[in-house]
Amino acid sequence: MNPPIFEYFAPTGIDEVIDILAKYPGEAKILAGGQSLIPLLKSRISSIPYLVSLSEVKGLSYVDEGKEGVRIGAMTVDSDLENSELIRKRFPLLHDATGQLADPLVRNVGTIGGNLSHADPANDLPAVMIALDARFAVRGRNGSREINARDFFLDTFTTAMEPEEVLTEVTIPFWGKKSGGAYVKFKKNTWNFSVAAVAVQLELEGNKCTRAHIATTSVSPKSGRMESAENILVGKALTDEVINKAASEVAASAQPTTDPYGTEEYKREILRRITREAIRKALSRAGVN
Amino acid sequence: MVSKKHISITVNGEVKETEVEPRMLLAHFLREVAGLTGTHIGCDTTNCGACTVIMDGKAVKSCTILAVQANGKKILTIEGLSKGREKLHPVQQSFVDKHGLQCGYCTSGMILTSYWLLKNRKNVTEEEIRAAISGNLCRCTGYDNIVESIKDASKKMEEEGDPIEEHPEIKVRA
Repeated sequence: MNPPIFEYFAPTGIDEVIDILAKYPGEAKILAGGQSLIPLLKSRISSIPYLVSLSEVKGLSYVDEGKEGVRIGAMTVDSDLENSELIRKRFPLLHDATGQLADPLVRNVGTIGGNLSHADPANDLPAVMIALDARFAVRGRNGSREINARDFFLDTFTTAMEPEEVLTEVTIPFWGKKSGGAYVKFKKNTWNFSVAAVAVQLELEGNKCTRAHIATTSVSPKSGRMESAENILVGKALTDEVINKAASEVAASAQPTTDPYGTEEYKREILRRITREAIRKALSRAGVN
Repeated sequence: MVSKKHISITVNGEVKETEVEPRMLLAHFLREVAGLTGTHIGCDTTNCGACTVIMDGKAVKSCTILAVQANGKKILTIEGLSKGREKLHPVQQSFVDKHGLQCGYCTSGMILTSYWLLKNRKNVTEEEIRAAISGNLCRCTGYDNIVESIKDASKKMEEEGDPIEEHPEIKVRA
């Protein structure tokens, strides 16, 4: 089916993009890769009178290593992240997620900025960025501001950005020397969303966990940290007993609902198992066996 | 009235310039404007990959890209693989030799995804093949023969090379 009729703009400058968004408040929307938006338009779930494409704005696709972290341009496609040696080495959690996102054809077009701005709690990157403690540069009429990933996702399909603001860059800070992360995703087939997925990022001193971030996908109305489970890990050596306790806490504090992907009970059990697996994987990547 | 947009897309080496409605999908542009009906549309939900084409060196779903987004880009469709030559492209020939198709509906997408994979990876493993075609559905479920075809194509590409390389006007960087 064709998408509903819309006006299309493809300006070459980011300020022009913001001007068009400001001219049609609430009626204009950014088109990044379109791998979520175009299916929504085609199925007529959404109708957007004014689409503003970022495709002609130069310089929004890059993965750069800085002193304090890695900077990623908002229009960087998922497959470029998946194939980035820098990401694989520094942030295996993100590498895990990009390799499992949708399918290879979608990953060749879908962008990190689109994935995050869409704020679908079934998308993988929101949980990943929250777990990694990423920061988002957001540009509007009065210049740029920074929003922490954990404050960015307000609700399903709702972010902390104003209607005329655009996400331009993601910064992932480096974690301590002894740190590691993992993303474990449980899905029944390629073309469906996950039943559940979990992002875990840990930092350790000796055998003791000093910092733990856990965030989930597909099992809550918005992506957020699982603080009660994190608190079980922090300050302790991560024995099987501690790991199991934290995994059970994630399963208990998530908010899954019964839907065609499974019953609430089933999803909690999946979540418990994949959290246990993700913590173990993160731990081994941090150099602890 | 929504204003039409002027676009110029290079399809299999030929520049196609026209005015289109912004909502026109690339798949519809290829089939209805360029007249290349080898690109199939097998779903309306971005799941099946029958519409796969190569855009600037990457395999993509042409039903989930607007024609206006492809402005200025180079597209390779199934017709481009053996364009101007009597012989089939090695990847096409492998699908014939190893019975990699039943009804044929998914085949052009399968072949273009395979071509993209084989241009980027040498000595592909079965695991890599299965991962690469995970976005392409065969509703006859003939996956084993498709995987065999791609293994065979990998060998043929090694031995015979890629005939598209000899046609810079068709070649898209991959």
